[in-house]
Amino acid sequence: MGILEVRDVNKSFGGLKALNKVELDVEEGSVHAIIGPNGAGKSTFLNCLVGLLIPDSGSVNFDGSSLLGIKPHEINQAGVSRVFQTPEIFGDLTLLDNVVIPTLASRDGAFKFNGWKRADQDSEIIGRAEHMLEDVGLIDKRNMTAGSLSRGDKRRLELAMCLVQNPKLLLLDEPTAGMSRADTNNTIDLLKRIGERGITKVIIEHDMHVVFSLANKVSVMAQGTVIAEGTPEGIKGDPRVQEAYLGGAHL
Amino acid sequence: MITATPRKDLILMAIFTIAVLTMPIWLAPIGASYPDLLQRFAIFGIFAIGFNILFGLTGYLSFGHAAFLGVGSYTAVWSFKLLSMSVVPAIIFGVITSGLFAVVIGYISLRRSGIYFSILTLAFAQMSYNLAYSVLTPITNGETGLQLALDDPRSLDNLVGVAATEGIPPTNFFGIEMSGYSGFYFCAVLMIIGFYISMRIFRSPFGMMLKAVKSNSNRMSYTGLNMRPYTLTAFVISGMYAGLAGSLMAVTDPLAGAERMQWTASGEVVLMTILGGVGTLIGPVIGAGVIKYFENIFSAINENVLQGIFSFLPEFLQDGVVAVLGLFVGEGWHLTLGLLFMLIVIFLPGGLVEGFSRIIDRIKNRSKNGEADPVGSAKVQPGE
Amino acid sequence: MDAFVLQILNGLDKGGSYALIALGLTLIFGTLGVVNFAHGALFMLGAFCAVTLKKILTISKQVKDENITFFDAYKEVPYLELWWGETGTTIIDFAVPLSILLAIPVMLLVGLAMERGLIRFFYKRTHAEQILVTFGLAIVLQEIVKAFFGANPVPMPPPELLTGSADVGSFLGLGDSVIYPWWRLAYLVFAGIIIAAVFCFLRFTTFGMVVRAGMQDRETVGLLGINIERRFTIVFGIAAVVSGLAGVMYTPIVPPDYHLGMDFLVLSFVVVVVGGMGSLGGAVTAGFLLGILQSFASMNEVKEILPGIDQIIIFLVAVVILLVRPRGLMGRKGVMES
Repeated sequence: MGILEVRDVNKSFGGLKALNKVELDVEEGSVHAIIGPNGAGKSTFLNCLVGLLIPDSGSVNFDGSSLLGIKPHEINQAGVSRVFQTPEIFGDLTLLDNVVIPTLASRDGAFKFNGWKRADQDSEIIGRAEHMLEDVGLIDKRNMTAGSLSRGDKRRLELAMCLVQNPKLLLLDEPTAGMSRADTNNTIDLLKRIGERGITKVIIEHDMHVVFSLANKVSVMAQGTVIAEGTPEGIKGDPRVQEAYLGGAHL
Repeated sequence: MITATPRKDLILMAIFTIAVLTMPIWLAPIGASYPDLLQRFAIFGIFAIGFNILFGLTGYLSFGHAAFLGVGSYTAVWSFKLLSMSVVPAIIFGVITSGLFAVVIGYISLRRSGIYFSILTLAFAQMSYNLAYSVLTPITNGETGLQLALDDPRSLDNLVGVAATEGIPPTNFFGIEMSGYSGFYFCAVLMIIGFYISMRIFRSPFGMMLKAVKSNSNRMSYTGLNMRPYTLTAFVISGMYAGLAGSLMAVTDPLAGAERMQWTASGEVVLMTILGGVGTLIGPVIGAGVIKYFENIFSAINENVLQGIFSFLPEFLQDGVVAVLGLFVGEGWHLTLGLLFMLIVIFLPGGLVEGFSRIIDRIKNRSKNGEADPVGSAKVQPGE
Repeated sequence: MDAFVLQILNGLDKGGSYALIALGLTLIFGTLGVVNFAHGALFMLGAFCAVTLKKILTISKQVKDENITFFDAYKEVPYLELWWGETGTTIIDFAVPLSILLAIPVMLLVGLAMERGLIRFFYKRTHAEQILVTFGLAIVLQEIVKAFFGANPVPMPPPELLTGSADVGSFLGLGDSVIYPWWRLAYLVFAGIIIAAVFCFLRFTTFGMVVRAGMQDRETVGLLGINIERRFTIVFGIAAVVSGLAGVMYTPIVPPDYHLGMDFLVLSFVVVVVGGMGSLGGAVTAGFLLGILQSFASMNEVKEILPGIDQIIIFLVAVVILLVRPRGLMGRKGVMES
């Protein structure tokens, strides 16, 4: 019984079949990596999970209830947070505000008209946010504008924004793309530390180093469908996986 | 970056209150202390403060806020006609009615964002304007505008037995006539309250969410926040500010016309907000004041005045200068306004408030670096 | 049936003007990505090109009026008439169509100057800022026109030849109640020609091909080493000419005044939105459609059922379209939705 169960999900754009009968089970507390060549449909799949795209057919069940047909903010309120490939942050707010907002969202829900209290006097919220910033090592920059951060810091900030909500499921879309080796290792360490909190994670990743240091289960996607699944070691030797990765190169 | 603390806000609030209430004194030297103009400062200040809650915080650019101004005015005048010359019901009904209009228009318009939102609000404002001129004439009195009449029912006044006067009785606040300085102080107090409310909103979690809408609406949804009720609440609040401003217009001059609803009037409040500084607390008030002041000065200048000013020049020069400057004053005030609009958007998108802080920063830096970098001033830009 | 045809005809010329302005507006948006609130002002400037030419042509000299004998009376006679007699009178009579010759270079210059001098600095700024700066420009332009030509509408009669009405009814085999002013018919034909010309230009010339490709995918075309910027500048000029010409020819239908542009701006934006931002075909279709709708809404029979509908029909349509089909009739998905 997984926390996320995906059954027979299909999605076409015009004549192009982007997702073809995708099936996926993610177990609670696991780190599940999805790998595959470019154009395999990984990002499309992730978009279907957070309500950015609506699948043509199939079912997506999270923690016992369906994620299909509900709005992105409802999906988040159900406990799913997502880190994007290009960090989606509040660029012209301070780092602290960036983290305070998701903290408020997880405490007060999708809408609360709270127009009279001062946000900066809410010690519970500020405390949680500052603690989170400390966790990702950005506390010194708390009063900086988020848009002025380096790319690596933006990613860490976005991760903090997701983690502060204590999600049940965290979706990460290539969390280390474009990062230096050192930054990548930092991120791996950070993600490992979150692992200790028992947050279930689904990671899309190209970098096998990241996959093998984090994941305990790997699904391989190619041409819009899951072609193989198993432990990292098992996947390494799977001929279908090599075919999928190398087949495109016309060897 | 300066972080706001309750203490600093209290100081700001105190300074603001004192500055507004003493306007008749400190504006006297520049000839802007007469009640009529002061009333306009306060009324448009309220309008701009409210508009800024929507545009400044959420970034949604409405071109339809003049409609709420008009609705507020009409409602207030009807309240004077039917109920009482007391301004209290007039203002309450004005704010409520425009709030209701804002709920409907906002609910529909906010289903779209960006330029589509602007066009939707524009369409609604233009519809209200056209209807006010045509089929709604029984309510709006069309081109003539809605006016008070001697035989208006004023049922509440009659009920409590307000003594009949010769002619139309003046609008009043518990007996205080709402003209001249008392009218100004009434509007000023409401503006101070409006400013305080806007400050609370700016500092609140709600205000923070509105800033989040402006900054990144995608991230907002993926953070579990429902954007629509936030923007709608902001829209309605700013619509109510506009309604308050509109009813105050009727309070100080009991008359309402459809031209108040024209979309170019919406453009004016946009300009005030931008000129002062979008998204800043004090900016819109400054913007409204500056524009109303210069409108007053510039429209009063005519060719004779200009001839007088430039009489020291030789005649042919004098005529030329007067002819050119004549374009920008009097009737041509709008030309100046349009130019100002462009210049601000081009060179100072942050408005006057940003301009001031830039100047202050520069002064600070100069006093800091003044001695450390003596060569700095001698540096010459390499020519081409 | 007669009334029906009449209303369609009435709607067509109005629709023609909407289509022409909207065409330029959407062309600018599609190529440059700029929301131009000064576009109505271009229409107005075009109209005042006609007014200017008329003024120039009728520069007059005071001549003694020979008809009045019992005192010395003087009358103003245009130089053209003094020099060329009948020919001169005819030229003055044809002032409006002749203004096209003046309007093309003038509007092209205005367009190029506007793009180089202002708009290009706003490509990377937000749409809100583009709206604001062009709104400011529109105010400036209309106030300048007001300073020179006054605030009152200037009547501009069409040429004598086209003053009467065409008996379209009998031509179509309907009753003789269907009559249509010649000039409006001329406007319709003119609008058709301009629209066709713009479309042909974009479809059949290399220049047009590059521009269309640029509308689809600006970056790729830029990568091909084609100077897309310069072409887009020219596109802006063309759009200005199109709106200007629409303005020139519209003067006999509605006497122009300085805020003509603002009135048309709001409507043409609505037209563009209904047609679909960035869609040329959409702009033209929606222009004619809304013109005709508006003309039907102003029928007394309709107004009796829905009072005031003629005042709001276009906005109402826009609201409905935006809500049920945000990309407009023919727009691409997601254009300008932030």
